[in-house]
Amino acid sequence: MALDTADYRRREESITYSAEPAGQGETHELLTLNIGPHHPATHGVLRLLATLEGEVVRDIKPIIGYVHTGIEKTAEDKAYWKVIPVVERMDYLAYYFNSLAYCGAVETLLEAEVPPRAQYLRVIHLELNRIMSHLVWLGTSALDLGAISMFWYCFREREKILDLFEMTSGQRMHTRYFQVGGVMEDIPRGFEAKLRTFLADMPNRADQYADLLEKNQIVFERLHGVCPLDAETLLSLGVTGPLLRAAGNPWDLRKAAPYCSYDHFDFKIPVGTVGDNYDRYRVRHAEIYESVKIITQALDGLPEGPHITTDRKIALPPRHELATSMEALIHHFKLVTEGFRVPPGEAYYPIEGPRGELGCFVRADGSAKPARVHMRDSSFVNLQALTPMVRDSYLADLIATLAMLDPILGGIDR
Amino acid sequence: MPDATELELTAHELRDRNAESILGTDFGRGDRAVLLVNPAHVIDVLTALHAKGYTFLASLHGVDYYPDEPRLGVLYELLDMQNVDRITVKARVHTDDPRIATATGLFPGADFPEREVYDMFGVVFEGHQDMRRILMPEDFEGFPQRRDFPVGGEPVLFTYNEETTYGKWS
Repeated sequence: MALDTADYRRREESITYSAEPAGQGETHELLTLNIGPHHPATHGVLRLLATLEGEVVRDIKPIIGYVHTGIEKTAEDKAYWKVIPVVERMDYLAYYFNSLAYCGAVETLLEAEVPPRAQYLRVIHLELNRIMSHLVWLGTSALDLGAISMFWYCFREREKILDLFEMTSGQRMHTRYFQVGGVMEDIPRGFEAKLRTFLADMPNRADQYADLLEKNQIVFERLHGVCPLDAETLLSLGVTGPLLRAAGNPWDLRKAAPYCSYDHFDFKIPVGTVGDNYDRYRVRHAEIYESVKIITQALDGLPEGPHITTDRKIALPPRHELATSMEALIHHFKLVTEGFRVPPGEAYYPIEGPRGELGCFVRADGSAKPARVHMRDSSFVNLQALTPMVRDSYLADLIATLAMLDPILGGIDR
Repeated sequence: MPDATELELTAHELRDRNAESILGTDFGRGDRAVLLVNPAHVIDVLTALHAKGYTFLASLHGVDYYPDEPRLGVLYELLDMQNVDRITVKARVHTDDPRIATATGLFPGADFPEREVYDMFGVVFEGHQDMRRILMPEDFEGFPQRRDFPVGGEPVLFTYNEETTYGKWS
């Protein structure tokens, strides 16, 4: 059943109010305002159809799909290990999380063991990625509130994280560092020292951000008490992550259902109280400190051993073996040409991304290509909470709330 | 995670409520518990599971089981946050008239995911307030995530000499 275009337009119109009397014989009309898709405050190509009464938002309809690139369809046409680079490009600020969700689902289907060193290396990179994602969020959100300088400070620290990513994988973004069964390479010499410098520096920097923002009356009044939403509504809408924790629910998959040896580390889950924009800011800001703590512990306790599974049916043999071992050459050839086959089955692997539950569903049909890859992207689900958050608040608060929602359009549209 | 016995007990309990609702169970790798349900009774099953504590709809997505029939699957990944327990409800529908009742009454967060499943697989969720395409353009024809939908581009203004340009190698 295909819906025709006229019907689509009719449903898109969000006006449900007619002109209402405003007293004194005047009537005020509702105004439909189109925001985006090309607008710096929408954090990507998000289009919002806002129905305004004066400056008050009465209804809002997000229209998405402008950067839909069919990654899930593309993934069905690639060998399992060649899917990793494409799924990384979904949520472009959480590429390590995307690849872990996907690799975790495939590892579940293969029943592959991930060596402890690989798990710790994964945790180090995941938490660096979380800090990086929160820094981009903080910088761009402050920009939306009019604080230009925050953007430069946050991107200064982000550059250091990207330099660390470049050291381990050669890439600054979309690193393809996580592989099925482990990570691509062990950390290089000099990485630890550079990471420790960063870890010593980052909490001080985060303190400075707090000093800049929290002692600023304008920022405080733009955020405090603005657009709150309670935890029950958020849960019914499927919202997880910092938005849910800001409303006081300490749900975090790293604690609730630990994966990737997160249960080895001592860290706290920051929670808010009322779930307004200020809580959303504070929760994410506090998560930066907790991530630093996790990375420090993972680096101190980094176990020795292989960085990727020794199962040659899944992971490539080391380069030096190719010259001497016939079997290694065969395995290398099989993996590079066809890839590995995964026994039929389905798996859903949820992890805690920077924006909430990031789950990857993979269906294997026994061939070397996945029959279905679906990413439950947290931004996509969280965007549904925007309308109840901003209804009956000011248009300016809509911009602030959208920033605090932290939607990543690459993840929403996939 | 529920073990295989617990999954059978749950299925048994749901069969007692409605004998036709559960078509089978599947317990797979990674402790994945799947209830295969009759699409006509999916809301019954979801309501019963909601009452049992699976109050959070973590994910809703479609799968095309081509060439098996019924081809299309709608999967509800439910989560019990109290006991940290996950269960999957799977309903399979035929491609000739893919219809299933909406879960938005029970889980308001199913709104966007259901629209995505409609967009990609053509499954119509009956009772959904706003059943239209979400990611693809509104005038798009076909359901691109189906397995028989070809991979490849569609002609636009700039693709007339695509085959001969440098870098085109597929």
